[in-house]
Amino acid sequence: MSNHPLPRWLAGFALCAAALSSLPAHAGKTLDAVKSRGQLVCGVNVALAGFSSADSNGAWSGLDVDYCKALAAAILGDANKVKWAPLNAQQRFTALQSGEIDILSRNTTWTLTRDASLGANFVGVMYYDGQGFMVPKKLKLTSAKQLDNATVCVQSGTTTEKNLTDFARVNNLKIKPLVFEKNEAATGAYHSGRCQAYTTDASGLAAERAISKNPDEDMILPEIISKEPLSPLVRRGDDEFFAIAKWVRNALVEAEEYGITQANVDEMKSNADPNIQRILGVSEDMGGLLGLDKEWAYRAIKAVGNYGEIFERNVGKGSPLKLERGLNSLWNKGGILYAEPIR
Amino acid sequence: MGFWRNRTIRGQLYQAVALLLVVGCILILADNTLENMRVRGIQSGFGFLQQPAGFDISESLFGYDSTQPYWKAFLTGVGNTLKVALLGIVLTTLLGVLLGVGRFSHNILVRSLCLAYVETFRNVPLLLQLLMWYLVCVQLLPDVVDAEPFLGFYLSKAGLALPVPVWGQGLHWDVPVKAGFGIDGGVTLSPEFLALLLGLTLYTASYVAEIVRSGIASVPRGQREAALALGLSRSQSMRLVQLPQALRVIIPPMTNQYLNLTKNSSLAVAVGYPDLVSVANTSINQTGRAVECIAVIMAVYLALSLLTSAFMGWYNRRVAIRER
Repeated sequence: MSNHPLPRWLAGFALCAAALSSLPAHAGKTLDAVKSRGQLVCGVNVALAGFSSADSNGAWSGLDVDYCKALAAAILGDANKVKWAPLNAQQRFTALQSGEIDILSRNTTWTLTRDASLGANFVGVMYYDGQGFMVPKKLKLTSAKQLDNATVCVQSGTTTEKNLTDFARVNNLKIKPLVFEKNEAATGAYHSGRCQAYTTDASGLAAERAISKNPDEDMILPEIISKEPLSPLVRRGDDEFFAIAKWVRNALVEAEEYGITQANVDEMKSNADPNIQRILGVSEDMGGLLGLDKEWAYRAIKAVGNYGEIFERNVGKGSPLKLERGLNSLWNKGGILYAEPIR
Repeated sequence: MGFWRNRTIRGQLYQAVALLLVVGCILILADNTLENMRVRGIQSGFGFLQQPAGFDISESLFGYDSTQPYWKAFLTGVGNTLKVALLGIVLTTLLGVLLGVGRFSHNILVRSLCLAYVETFRNVPLLLQLLMWYLVCVQLLPDVVDAEPFLGFYLSKAGLALPVPVWGQGLHWDVPVKAGFGIDGGVTLSPEFLALLLGLTLYTASYVAEIVRSGIASVPRGQREAALALGLSRSQSMRLVQLPQALRVIIPPMTNQYLNLTKNSSLAVAVGYPDLVSVANTSINQTGRAVECIAVIMAVYLALSLLTSAFMGWYNRRVAIRER
């Protein structure tokens, strides 16, 4: 028995008090928090070419990144007022739940389980993706159904593992998944020949090929084995911020529909089309309904361009990924990209 | 207030209050967590463990497949953790003792090699070592298609496949053969497992070697001199006189190293070995039950650690010098 038990006793008490005082994390108005902070905190992928990656100067770019820039421009009037939080696949939901980030824009698939159980809301699809396979050309495969007994490299913490298992079961294949925590480890094991195939979303495969040293050694198999609608997420319980996130996404898509681009957005203000006038805040004040000002969408488009421009710049023709628009074309141009009307 | 002056009672009172505070803190924290999760619409509970897991695990000790529930997936992960930890502990002990004893060798080459080993492996971070061994396994070994059998063994990027005896109608050998992209039959140790086992063993053995060396050094020099004077050879003196006495110094810190090895095996996911943490990572992502899955991980490692400690405590009491 110590002669001076009191100090230790007190220390224990202090520790408990400290633990308790920092408790009830405020689950309130995200918009107010963003405004008073003067910064939007956006969770993005650590490195996924075309979607979110930082250059040597620490400047972020990509489709997911541009969405956050548009959101910051709409709310704060400056697309650069974003604090980037690079997250891996497992950290992402916890970061959003705990309030560490305001929005998660990190190529995340919209599924029922996630929608219903994470305490988060999906904003709207930014990219319609699907899971595919990459294999070395020298294996001379033509179909994913030939992957019986194969070992396939995947990254943990994604929907890919389950899709792979489902695909194997439906087609009666024995496929061994080799799960790595880091994407680089998974692709590294694939390139070293440990796995006969690497699987992830088709956009991810294109991204991997774009940064590969010998892109001609690999090929992407024709099968797309899943639907992967990628969408940003916000915390549940803040409908105001949810609406803002949703409508900024819609504004970017509608801008493409009506031909508003980063370059012509100023001239478009004098366009007679009432739809364009509404979007750009020339006539009705749509932003006011969202808790923003009239020019919210104008600033978003001015900052990053419309959806089509964002797509081409980051993952389309103007990028190393060279992905086709495909499903991500506008609904009236053969795709399924659709936005609820701003009116 | 007479009892207040009684030091024993006062001490017990302090302890009771401290215990109450700690338990209270934990309860409030747990309640607060649950409440916050409920408010944010995050679902919680361990019910998901009964749901089918739906994902495959690349290696399993007891035939797991994706239709089985989550708790079986977790069990598979625990099995894989135990497999690497137990084998690692045995190999580490053997290697560590050899290295530790080697530090007392009269051969300068052996002595310096042991020293060099300890200093190298102890001072390079374990994660780096694991990645290095994994690279060695998958970069340098031949593709499965090009692998040539050696006495029924295959060593390739698919791992080490070895024949195993099977007791059917009389004893016969199940010999691995090439099949498609992989190898069928026999027992295959994956490169992930080999890299992890190698990394953990070599790293921990350097610590064990130091413990063994210090243990032997703690035995008074007179013991050895007396043994030699009695006509025992140097190796007999080490084996029969010095090591047994060194054990009581060696055992307690060895427990630490065994615990470290078990806990370090959670780095498995870096080299793609499906241990408990890897399975839990996948489960967290499929179900969103982060708190529950982390709790399972913590409970398992805690149980393993306590079991190891209890066993080593029992063994320590057995080899301890009895004061008579």
